[in-house]
Amino acid sequence: MSAASSSPSDTPAEPLLVTVRGLSFRRGDRIIFQNVDLDIPRGKVTAIMGPSGAGKTTLLRLIGGQIRPNAGRIEVDGACVHELGRKDLYQLRKRMSMLFQSGALFTDLTVFENVAFPLREHTRLPEHLIRTLVLMKLEAVGLRGARDLMPSELSGGMARRAALARAIALDPMMILYDEPFSGQDPITMGVLIKLIRTLNDALGLTSIIVSHDVKETASIADYIYLISDGLIVDHGPPDALENSSSAWVEQFLHALPDGPMSFHYPAPAYAQDLALEEEPSRD
Amino acid sequence: MGNFKKLELAVGAFVALGLAAFFMLAMKVSNIAELGEDKGYKITARFENIGGLKVRAPVTLGGVRIGRVAGIDLDMRSYEAVVTLSIEPKYNQLPTDSSASILTSGVLGEQYVGLEPGGMDEYLKNGGSLKLTQSALVLEKLIGRMVTNAVSGEKPPPKTP
Amino acid sequence: MIDGLQRLGRSTLGWLNRLGRATLFLLRLLGALGALVRRPGLIIKQLYSVGVLSLPIIAMSGLFVGMVLGLQGYANLVDFGATSSLGTVVALSLVRELGPVLAALLYAARAGSAVTAEIGLMKATEQLAAMQMMAVDPFARVFAPRFVAGFIAMPLLAGIFTAIGILGGYFVAVYQLGVDSGAFWSQMQAAVGLVDDVINGVVIKSVAFGWVANWIAVFEGYDAIPTSEGISLATTRTVVNTALVVLALDFVLTAIFFGV
Repeated sequence: MSAASSSPSDTPAEPLLVTVRGLSFRRGDRIIFQNVDLDIPRGKVTAIMGPSGAGKTTLLRLIGGQIRPNAGRIEVDGACVHELGRKDLYQLRKRMSMLFQSGALFTDLTVFENVAFPLREHTRLPEHLIRTLVLMKLEAVGLRGARDLMPSELSGGMARRAALARAIALDPMMILYDEPFSGQDPITMGVLIKLIRTLNDALGLTSIIVSHDVKETASIADYIYLISDGLIVDHGPPDALENSSSAWVEQFLHALPDGPMSFHYPAPAYAQDLALEEEPSRD
Repeated sequence: MGNFKKLELAVGAFVALGLAAFFMLAMKVSNIAELGEDKGYKITARFENIGGLKVRAPVTLGGVRIGRVAGIDLDMRSYEAVVTLSIEPKYNQLPTDSSASILTSGVLGEQYVGLEPGGMDEYLKNGGSLKLTQSALVLEKLIGRMVTNAVSGEKPPPKTP
Repeated sequence: MIDGLQRLGRSTLGWLNRLGRATLFLLRLLGALGALVRRPGLIIKQLYSVGVLSLPIIAMSGLFVGMVLGLQGYANLVDFGATSSLGTVVALSLVRELGPVLAALLYAARAGSAVTAEIGLMKATEQLAAMQMMAVDPFARVFAPRFVAGFIAMPLLAGIFTAIGILGGYFVAVYQLGVDSGAFWSQMQAAVGLVDDVINGVVIKSVAFGWVANWIAVFEGYDAIPTSEGISLATTRTVVNTALVVLALDFVLTAIFFGV
């Protein structure tokens, strides 16, 4: 596995929205990230991929300021996230949105009220304006007709689309997607893929997608980071990674069952285990 | 949210019900009627033994409540109990030679002070005191006396008034 | 032996740790109260869930408890010929003890556990995290309204419980057992002091219990492990811990106000 922690000088030199330098984060005894560097360019869709448990969701939380790193620096639009006071952090968060894996719609509100929530909390717009805005957002995700349904009446895909409408309610500069495609049927996945890309370009957003659905994510990503074991294994535009020299990257991108990530969990020798051979020594 | 109106109504009714409950507790259950009584005038009475008399015990005359026990003290020189009675202002025609006894209401009852009017034309005023008093009956002493009499075979002496 | 001591030490530390977390939680909750003043609608909505919806169980239980007190009191007083004191017995039992305590226990079982489950579920489905990411403080939007509403509701419910209980005792005493109606009320009025019994009993106790019950209910939800098992554990803890703390607090308050 090649451990590439060099700063990505091979990224095109566009203005960066998020910069991560020397990030280290530990949970208990487990090292989640060690000395990781990352750049998220403005206006593009950046994917962060890796095996389950690699810490992808944790990375989103670190960027959003929900948890603090043990070392390193995370900057969003020039502001160091983990050094902000609560008020400033909240101001920053108004310009970011996060789409949670399950949608995280408020179960006691209708779809309409869910999308209206950020508008009602953060703006003083009159109700008729809010109504217009909400309907526009719902139209963008194709759920304008579902506005009076309760979250419990929505399918998984619809719930995610409703959550997406809520995420764009305040016209953020950046959206963080936490496993948006996991567990969806092909059609819903296709809808979500299209929506993410279209919204990103139409609204001039910056999107960060955390996922392990390689094919889907790679189809819309402008840039990909591959993370495993707390390190960035490789990064680059999708076609560059296709031709990567790393065996691990090849295994991951092509979903090969065996390779650098071994199929077998560490175990004693097979024949020995089955007691077909005499063991060399017994204590 | 037309539902909100109904909700507000229900909550309003609930709070009103709660306040009504407290109102009922204050009015019908407690002794709120008797709370404005510190305007009574104070007289004292000395007893050898007050038994189980407590502060706020009633003071009656002819069975009618005319006041409350306001304070209980001990005179360390004469070793008598000094009980301060607060009498309601409208009962201001107590003769100065009235007597006070400590009685018990009912079998389990609390002790109270019963007044019996005297015959003088002068009436007690604030700061006055009752000279004639009857201490509480102490059960043990009574039993002790009866046992002694039974043992010695004498007729029990007439009880003091 | 050492093993047992180690475990005891660890669980004591764990308990202290929890208490500390709960206290910090409470401080943050109180800090969020200011923002709540501008949004009474949130409190009203919660008042409906924890107050109005608890009325049926509180009213029915109060009625039954009062009626039982009437029966039991009568059975005990009739041997002494003191049944005219039945009003006093029923009223004092309810006002000083049973009203606030039972109302608090029933409240924890019905409203407290519901609040814990609701908050725990919001945590498990990432709704709280989503709110935070939308720059809305869950303390101001979710926790404080529930705490304040419950704090207001508890004394009201205790008062209703007590009043209905006394009425229940009255009906049993007068219409079933033949106690004199006048004696019932007049003896009661003579014996129950407004400050000494009603305020020191129902009012102060229910306010204290309301504080405790709602603090525990909201905290347990906030602190729950975000799985279905964790939520179930949290709701159980709410009911059990509220019961224990209320009863212990009741002892302290009774000793202070009614001790001789």
